[in-house]
Amino acid sequence: MAPIRRIFIANRGEIAVRIIRTARALGIETVLGVSKADRDSLGAKLATRAVCLGPGPSRDSYLRVDTVVQAALGTGCDAVHPGYGFLSENRDLALACEKAGIVFIGPSPANLEAAGDKLTARGHALDAGVPLVPGGNAASLAEAAEVAARIGYPLLIKAVAGGGGKGMKRVDSADALATQLDMAMSEAAAAFGDDRVYLERFITSGRHVEVQILSDGKTVLHAGERDCSVQRRYQKLVEEAPAPGLSPALRAGLYEAATTYARHIGFRSLGTVEFMVDVERAAFYFLEMNARIQVEHPVTEAITGLDLIAWQIAIAEGRPLDLRQDDIALTGHAIECRLNAEDIAHDFRPSPGRVTLAWFPALPGLRVDSHMESGAMIPPHYDSMIAKLIAHGPNRTAAIATMQQALVVLRLEGIATNTALHGAIMADPAFAAGGVDTNYLAGLLPRLAGDGP
Amino acid sequence: MLTRAEIDDILKLIDGSDFTELKLEMGDLKLELRKGPAQSAPFVPKAQDQAPGPHPPAAAVAVPAPVVASGGGSEIPAPLLGTFWHAPRPGADPFVKPGDSVTADTVIGIIEVMKLMNSVSAGMAGTVLEISAPNGELVEHGQCLIRIQPH
Repeated sequence: MAPIRRIFIANRGEIAVRIIRTARALGIETVLGVSKADRDSLGAKLATRAVCLGPGPSRDSYLRVDTVVQAALGTGCDAVHPGYGFLSENRDLALACEKAGIVFIGPSPANLEAAGDKLTARGHALDAGVPLVPGGNAASLAEAAEVAARIGYPLLIKAVAGGGGKGMKRVDSADALATQLDMAMSEAAAAFGDDRVYLERFITSGRHVEVQILSDGKTVLHAGERDCSVQRRYQKLVEEAPAPGLSPALRAGLYEAATTYARHIGFRSLGTVEFMVDVERAAFYFLEMNARIQVEHPVTEAITGLDLIAWQIAIAEGRPLDLRQDDIALTGHAIECRLNAEDIAHDFRPSPGRVTLAWFPALPGLRVDSHMESGAMIPPHYDSMIAKLIAHGPNRTAAIATMQQALVVLRLEGIATNTALHGAIMADPAFAAGGVDTNYLAGLLPRLAGDGP
Repeated sequence: MLTRAEIDDILKLIDGSDFTELKLEMGDLKLELRKGPAQSAPFVPKAQDQAPGPHPPAAAVAVPAPVVASGGGSEIPAPLLGTFWHAPRPGADPFVKPGDSVTADTVIGIIEVMKLMNSVSAGMAGTVLEISAPNGELVEHGQCLIRIQPH
């Protein structure tokens, strides 16, 4: 396959800027498809060219498969990079690219189907012998009651087509099942146009650990794991690599399960296999596979020295991975904080608007992935994440210290941000000890509120 | 600059008044409106009048172009991103050329998005000054397609 010369970026925000960075390093031109609201964004200025896809709302611009492909063809691009979110795991886009003779920088349509539908994904995990959280699908209350009787309470209802916490409901007892099932199904239908749900045992004390996969379809490698247990309502807030305090056996088991799963579905691209880890029982369960670059990929880049976007492009070009597992060495510790434009004093409500001042310190060991600049406008239509701080040090303590300094020194004004919350997490002894589970943040927030004036 | 909504408002005022003609000059902007004696329908069709119903995929779907007024004629911007075609098929006469008189409903070109042809109407009456976007090339959302001197 010929080398890629011009990439159409079907995304926005910091990931558009991140993709442009690697494309520039590789001498590849970029065309960024922007909405009307993002015409003056940093990515639009940095790309070789920007074209306006449509009005601000995503459904009229970033989510239009036909417009994206037409724009890529019309601007002479030979590849499309979908970033994360939006159309990144959309099978129709991968198919439309294939039909138009454009390289989709991501997995094949068949891979997307195998990983995208959570029920299919569970089926593949079962076939591959990868451990699963006990559960089952339920199209009716009767079926749900049957599954619930088998797996017990508390349980989680999840959308088959889902992600990002939408259509996800926790049920603590049998009498709440009917209402929560109705709510989960209508939420799933509204968010994904698909009301199918399944039930899973709720692991009360679990850590969210995921394994980064690189595969050219023949060679399947892992680039270590990330711990993403600091979450608020299933939205990741702090991620780190490696996961603190895992036994060598548990870690080896995760790597083995992730690569087995990727090999089983014939995966070819970059992807992440997510697990729930039950530390007390030294057990882990397959959650899902994300068939795209992830928000938190920089922590892996920090400890491996790999440019994951460059590898993703190389695999899409059809080049074999000229890497062996032993070539991927993990060095030191990295932590990422996601800065969001949201008001933590008012129930985390989004805080769009004009950024009057944006300045990030160039500290040793600090990387900042952001599309913010002084005068930037944060439109109300999109995700509230505006910057990622990635601190890398020889050990976890050093990484936390760098992050603490960055959080104190940076300036991000004109809008409300969650910077102070990150400062509190970094200063919290429980976080410093390492190995917190997914309930951690829900417990920390009331403690912080109690400490307030 | 006048927005499409503001022009609609002015048209409504004229429709409800005894005047048959309005000439407005503000700086670079020159707006002339005339009410035809037999014309009882609204002068400029509203978006919902042309909203596409169930059309066969190959049929041209009418997309009203929002009107942006500016000095020296009004820009008719692309209502969506796609490939702009001056004529209904290769080799055929263009829909409009400079000097042509158009009404709001006159089709000025086609925007193709993945084999779906969307016809674009002028959205205002006037004389075509210039065809700004080249034939067969990508136009982005909001890009000027043609310029019209309003009547």
